[in-house]
Amino acid sequence: MKPSRFQYVRPRSIPEAVMALQRHNSKVLAGGQSLTPLLSMRLASPEVLVDINGLTELSGIELRGSELWIGAIARHQEVLTHHLVQTHVPLIQQALGYVAHPVIRNRGTSVGSIAHADPAGELTAVAALLGARIHVSAQQGPREILAADFFVGPLESALQHGELVTGVSFPVLDATWGSSCQEVSRRHGDYALAGVCALVQVLDGRIMAARIAIFSVAGTPLVIDVMDVHEDHEKLNLKVQALIDPDTDIHATADYRRQLVKTLVVQALTEARVHAELRQS
Amino acid sequence: MNPEELFLVELTVNGTPLSARVPARRLLSDFLRHDLRLTGTHVGCEHGVCGACTILLEGKPVRGCLIFAVSVAGSAVTTVEGLVNNDGTLGVVQRAFHESHGLQCGFCTPGFITTIHAYLKENPHPTEEEAREAIAGNLCRCTGYQNIIKSVLRAAELIDSGVRDDH
Repeated sequence: MKPSRFQYVRPRSIPEAVMALQRHNSKVLAGGQSLTPLLSMRLASPEVLVDINGLTELSGIELRGSELWIGAIARHQEVLTHHLVQTHVPLIQQALGYVAHPVIRNRGTSVGSIAHADPAGELTAVAALLGARIHVSAQQGPREILAADFFVGPLESALQHGELVTGVSFPVLDATWGSSCQEVSRRHGDYALAGVCALVQVLDGRIMAARIAIFSVAGTPLVIDVMDVHEDHEKLNLKVQALIDPDTDIHATADYRRQLVKTLVVQALTEARVHAELRQS
Repeated sequence: MNPEELFLVELTVNGTPLSARVPARRLLSDFLRHDLRLTGTHVGCEHGVCGACTILLEGKPVRGCLIFAVSVAGSAVTTVEGLVNNDGTLGVVQRAFHESHGLQCGFCTPGFITTIHAYLKENPHPTEEEAREAIAGNLCRCTGYQNIIKSVLRAAELIDSGVRDDH
C-alpha cells in the first residue's frame, strides 16, 4: 500500500505555494494525517503535492482584534494546549479532545481538518457553529470564506483549484458564553457516530442565546438555532430530528444515530450552560 | 515513463546523521526500514490506525506511515533502537515490558515503547486509568493490553527508583 507518484514542491513563501498550486491536479500537504492514508490507499492520486510545512509564517496562534487566528500549520496539540485558545475560544479545545489520538494530534493540523471538510470532523462543526472565517490565498489575491459558505458537501468545500487556506479566524467568546462538545464513537478517537457542539449565552442566570452544530449525521455540519425550543426537550428534539438525515452503515443504524443526537443535544446544551456559569464565577 | 525524481533526505536518527536518496512518496516508516535498514520500526496497517510504526520526531511521537520522509528532512528522529541504553542494556520502558510480559509476538511493541517513552516524559506518575488512555492509540492483538498497562506503570516505578535510562 504505497502512494502513487507525485511531483513534490516545497515552497518557501505563500506566493510560491499558490503558484505551485496552479498546476494541474495539485493538492496541499499540511499535517497529512487525513491525506496520507488517502494517498496510500490510492483513493487520491494528485500529480503535484505542495508541502506547506516549511512556511513558518503559517504556524501562529494569536489574537487579532476580536478574533483568534490559527495558522494553517499549527498542530492540533499546540492548539489544544495554547492559553489563548483556552481563554478565548474554549470550544476548540473541548472539541479537539475527541480528535483522533495524541500521536495523530502531534502532526495533524486544526486548519487542515477544516479545509478537509470531513462531515465527521469535530472542528468543521466548531467552525460552522462559531461563524469562523476561512482565509484563502489565491493568484487573484486573498479572500475570506464564511464557514457557513465553506462546507459544501462531504469532503467538499468552496475552495477553488489553486487556492491555499492560510488560516482560520474564530470570533472570541467573552465570559457570557459557554460551550460544549459531546460525541459518541465506537472507540475513543474514532470517527463520531454522532456529535453535537453547543453554544449558550447566559446573562444574569438567564439563557439569552442557544445554538448547536450537529456533525456526522449529514454531509456538512448542521447549525441550528434552538433559542425558541431549548427549554422544552420534546420540541427541541422535534426541531432537530426534522433537520438531520443520518445514514445506516456497519457502525450504527440511522435510528440509533437519531437516538444519540436526541441525547447529545440535551447534554451539550446543559454542559454549555454550566460552562458559561463557570466562566462567570 | 520518466525516471522518478529523487530527493536527498538527511535525518539525525538516534543521534547519528544518516541520509538516502528517495522518491518524494517514500513514507518515513519505509525510509527507516528499507533505505536506512532500521527494521525496529514495524509497519502494520499503513494508514495510521495501528500505531506499530510510531517513532519520535523531535521527541514527539508520530506515525511513521503518515509522514513523507522528504517532508521532515533535517529533523531528529528516534526509533525503538534508539531507546536502548548506551551500553546496550534495555532502556527503562523496554525493561518494564520485559519484566511485566508486556509483549507476546512483539509486532506492535516498537510503537508502544516509543509512545510510552514520550508519554512518561510528560506524565511521570500515571494512574492505571491514565496508563490505559496513554496507549489508546496503539493496537495489540495478543496481550489483551493488561500486561501493557502494567508495563507503563512498572516503567514509571523504575524511573522513580532511579534505574538507569540514557534517554
